[in-house]
Amino acid sequence: MRVADFTQNSLRRRLARDGLRLRTGPVVANIRTSLDMVADGIALHYAEHSVAKESEFADFHVAVERPRNLRQWIAPQVVFRFDGLSSFAPLPVDQGFPTLEWGLNWCVSSHCHQFLIVHAAVLERGGHALILPAPSGSGKSTLCAALAFSGWRLLSDELALLAPEQGHVVALPRPISLKNESIDAVRSSFPAAIFGRTVRETIKGSVVHVRPPADSVRRAAQPAMPAWVVAPSFLPDAEACLEPMPKARAMMCLVESAFNYNVHGRVGFAALSRLVDQADCYRFTYGRLHEAVRVFERLEAPGIVQ
Amino acid sequence: MRDRSPDLVAAVLGEPARLLQLGLPEWDLLVRQARSADLLARIAALLDKRALLGRVPAGPRAALNAAQILASAQQDEVRREVAHVSNALRSLSVPVVLLKGAAYLMAGLPSALGRTFTDVDVLVPRGRLAEVEAALMLAGWAMTPHSEYDQSYYRTWMHELPPMQHVRRQTILDVHHAILPGTARLKPESSRLFSAAQPIPGLAGVHVLASADMVLHSMSHLFHNDDLSHGLRDLSDIDLLLRHFGTNAGFWEQLVERAKDLDLLRPLYYGMHQAQRVLRTPVPAVTLQSSRTFAAPWPLRSAMDWLWSHALRPPHPSTAGPLSAISSFALYVRAHWLRMPPALLARHLLIKAAARH
Repeated sequence: MRVADFTQNSLRRRLARDGLRLRTGPVVANIRTSLDMVADGIALHYAEHSVAKESEFADFHVAVERPRNLRQWIAPQVVFRFDGLSSFAPLPVDQGFPTLEWGLNWCVSSHCHQFLIVHAAVLERGGHALILPAPSGSGKSTLCAALAFSGWRLLSDELALLAPEQGHVVALPRPISLKNESIDAVRSSFPAAIFGRTVRETIKGSVVHVRPPADSVRRAAQPAMPAWVVAPSFLPDAEACLEPMPKARAMMCLVESAFNYNVHGRVGFAALSRLVDQADCYRFTYGRLHEAVRVFERLEAPGIVQ
Repeated sequence: MRDRSPDLVAAVLGEPARLLQLGLPEWDLLVRQARSADLLARIAALLDKRALLGRVPAGPRAALNAAQILASAQQDEVRREVAHVSNALRSLSVPVVLLKGAAYLMAGLPSALGRTFTDVDVLVPRGRLAEVEAALMLAGWAMTPHSEYDQSYYRTWMHELPPMQHVRRQTILDVHHAILPGTARLKPESSRLFSAAQPIPGLAGVHVLASADMVLHSMSHLFHNDDLSHGLRDLSDIDLLLRHFGTNAGFWEQLVERAKDLDLLRPLYYGMHQAQRVLRTPVPAVTLQSSRTFAAPWPLRSAMDWLWSHALRPPHPSTAGPLSAISSFALYVRAHWLRMPPALLARHLLIKAAARH
């Protein structure tokens, strides 16, 4: 069963009572919320995602709720709870859906240590994975959205789940998060993209989520082998420029972007060394989205077989 | 009000074979409870030891696997930290006794199975505390920020320094000079612990407590603690220690004798009784029976049993009954009561309350 098979009311009811067991890539999250705004966000962004049965195992039990405090009468808030515990400060109530997204990212990055998890966008074409590691504000998600609506398959916008022994990336297709200026840039260039409601004045500025392409969601079970590591940076009006990056630098870039490199020890070191050995590594500066997309169309897979 | 769910963690720790009979909904609840109790990696390790992980359904298996990877990284870190501590204190020729998790790990005991860590605890002679602190600071450990009152409270009344943190590695080290505060009603003598401690081969100056002392310390720590969020985990450590040492000839008699020497008979009673009740630890009937004489007299004993039965559950909403909050508050007060004479306790609580405002 998919999220889209629920009516608005039955989805809201399920979320408000026992919770909805949402399957995203390798993870099942049981989500509870009685906030219609969050329910409608789930209906929009996760329409193509499948829903696990109540009798199945859920990796995480989470809730987005209104905290019971005096402020609820003046400036209502929402809080993310992980199995009853809230370790994050409450946010204004209109940030309900982003709160869910940030909370789910935290669940994965702080628990799923079967993977080496890198803060990076991942896309795939012809069976080859493109990894875009980058700190926030580098234009990673903007580029990711542009590629996801230009024929590349979206594996993840935020979290590259690398299987440390086998070396492939496991897909976790979830909404793409865009901020500030990049919202209009993607909206005007890619009319096929479906946007949620823009939330203003978050800690990150204005934030909006984009629904992941249906095909990427349907193919979530297919992993991909990394072929390219590209560290992007956005520079207004700059010409697109793709230049080789030394392998050692690319390795450090992945290490610095990793959430749990320390957890994997030697195995993690070996996995990332093998990754940069087998992939072509670049730095990429861009200022215009369509131009950037054309550069990536011309990327050829590295000539290494096995 | 919703009914309390059974404590699945205790059930499977007491009888690991039950893990293979769980359906997915039970796995779902078990993983949640075990995560809250910091025992998910232990359950994984118990399965792994019996080569049964492969028979767990894929969903919970991934969670177990992830928890095991994290615990094993923490254990590697503790091994490195212990070597760093040993190096930092080498020139002092001071005996350093590892306590709790670090001791189980370095002594290769079953209670290290799937053990997670947040810090390393060591015991050094009180007379050498100043030198040890200075040497650790030279090697990069700094005092974590505490108010002036807290600093002086730790140094005057507690059995440990304020936690130290390494400036580069961010690891936490707790330096103790006794296993209970000097103000506590029970007064185990540290010198007796040092003279029985066992060296760890290959690590200069590093020791672990003798087996009976190690068990008694784990018990006195658990049953004097004001925060019981790791209560079930600590009880599981005790269970694994007792199952391991319990097969040695004369261990149980020695344990009771040693508890008398160290003034720890009451914690021994609680430890054996609760481990047996919650985790089915095989304690010889005669030892268990004789330990009843160390228990509190009847009305208090029943009240304590009731409190422990609440406190030694996983701290997960599914196991909380309507009276859980009352029982944890009662144990919090009790822990302070045991550790300080009433006048000092009153003064401490007043200053803490004033600092909050």
